Amino acid sequence: MRRAAAWLAMGMAGLALAACSGAQDSLNPAGDQAAHTQDVWRLMLIVCGAMYVLVMAFLGWALWRARRALDGPPLEDAVKSSADAPMRNALVGWTALIILGLGVLAVGSFLVDRSLARADTKDALHIKITGNQWWWQVEYQDPDPSRQFTTANELHLPANRPAILELAAQDVIHSFWIPNLAGKEDLIPGRTNWLTLNPRRIGVYRGQCAEFCGLQHAQMALDATVEDPQAFEAWRQAQLKPAPPPSNDAQVRGQGVFINGACGSCHEIAGSDAHGRTGPDLTHLASRRKLAAGALPVGRDGLIAWLHDPQAIKPGNHMPLVHMSDQDLNDLVAYLQSLS
Amino acid sequence: MSSPCRRLERLAAAALAAALLAGCQRETRDFHGPPPPSGPQASGVSPSDLAAGGGPIGPPHDPRAAIYEDNAFHIGEGKRYYDWYNCYGCHAAGGGDIGPPLMDDQWIYGGSIEQIHASIVEGRPNGMPSFRNKIPDDQVWEIAAYIRSMGGNVAKDAAPSRGDELQSSLAKTQVKPTPAKPAAPTDQPR
Repeated sequence: MRRAAAWLAMGMAGLALAACSGAQDSLNPAGDQAAHTQDVWRLMLIVCGAMYVLVMAFLGWALWRARRALDGPPLEDAVKSSADAPMRNALVGWTALIILGLGVLAVGSFLVDRSLARADTKDALHIKITGNQWWWQVEYQDPDPSRQFTTANELHLPANRPAILELAAQDVIHSFWIPNLAGKEDLIPGRTNWLTLNPRRIGVYRGQCAEFCGLQHAQMALDATVEDPQAFEAWRQAQLKPAPPPSNDAQVRGQGVFINGACGSCHEIAGSDAHGRTGPDLTHLASRRKLAAGALPVGRDGLIAWLHDPQAIKPGNHMPLVHMSDQDLNDLVAYLQSLS
Repeated sequence: MSSPCRRLERLAAAALAAALLAGCQRETRDFHGPPPPSGPQASGVSPSDLAAGGGPIGPPHDPRAAIYEDNAFHIGEGKRYYDWYNCYGCHAAGGGDIGPPLMDDQWIYGGSIEQIHASIVEGRPNGMPSFRNKIPDDQVWEIAAYIRSMGGNVAKDAAPSRGDELQSSLAKTQVKPTPAKPAAPTDQPR
């Protein structure tokens, strides 16, 4: 009976661990930085695990000994005849073991820190990320202005090419964290922080703000797609283009709603007359996976839900509820869906 | 013997605590804004109702004004939108530039929140554009409430702090120059 319970517990633990290999998981590294961090984690697990087992063993031994002492001669006699010298030796050994364990951890942490600081930055991609309440602005930088572009809430990285991230904040302190790629780095208003990524494994990973930044902190996510260099180049070429012009009546009307209504006051769509700068750039909105910093999937349902009442989905966010007719809403969604 | 007295004391303490807790809610944050008004009076007033020099004739009292005036959350949001919709472009931080100042006591088109709202929505001659449909109405009210606060026309407990651009020195977080950690490779070939 007891054995069955133990097996069940182990099975449950195994299942729980199996669920760990996800898209937002620091134990599933897809880049050098996360791999180094995982090394420190493993070292700590081994050192602390060994110490824990030792402490528990000594405790068990002490309990067993105490019980035997109760059966044996009176305690007073035992104290008189106690073996003080072995106990002292054991204590000295124990202290040395603690110092050794802490020393191993300190050296390991120092070495990992150094390897993080010396990350390979040859031929690095330069990306500026700005934290806003509650979304990420992502600017791919280039000395040639015609090769710069802006997107939001998504990061595309070519595998095996370093990326240097310049981290800034618009309003309050945020923290940039894609666990599969690297540790956290804060975004602080008025300051610039730097983070180097060396992505290695192709895949889509999820990042999240890791510093409480207000009401919708929980809904401030971004997607990081690590892809092979050809796919990245294709994506970049597509992002560099202005938005496609509207191709049917509904889309033309939708563009009118966007430009003549309130949308264009805050959002930019390159290639149209909408040049707002305070909201996310929507030039290639339909090519993204998620809407509103990971709150909804991009698609007709998501767009309609969001535009119908953004305050119901992310209460307190800075996208206002703009009242419009159902016809306008449908046209607007048709236009936004054409922005691939 | 002292039991009724004790009980009274406890009751008083509980009542006091409840009163203090009730004070915790400074105001309600309504993220939706009031429903859009219907009828011809939707946007305050038409310019023809105005008297020269901002005389007593102005837009009629609007019930929505009370929601925004003296509400710290709405005034604070207005401060944000004042920046985001680039009111700075013409009025600077309130001292005026190519547009008239907003923090003094001279109001060409009236200084009540309804009149400021009307000026933003309708636009005014010689440069002030109309923001009708360009800025959602509840945000216009918030901007108007913030503009009222510039000249000290709102209660002190609701007024936002001075903007950074009105301070003589930078904020503490911005004093240090940006640390040059890994030299940003600006001349890298792509």
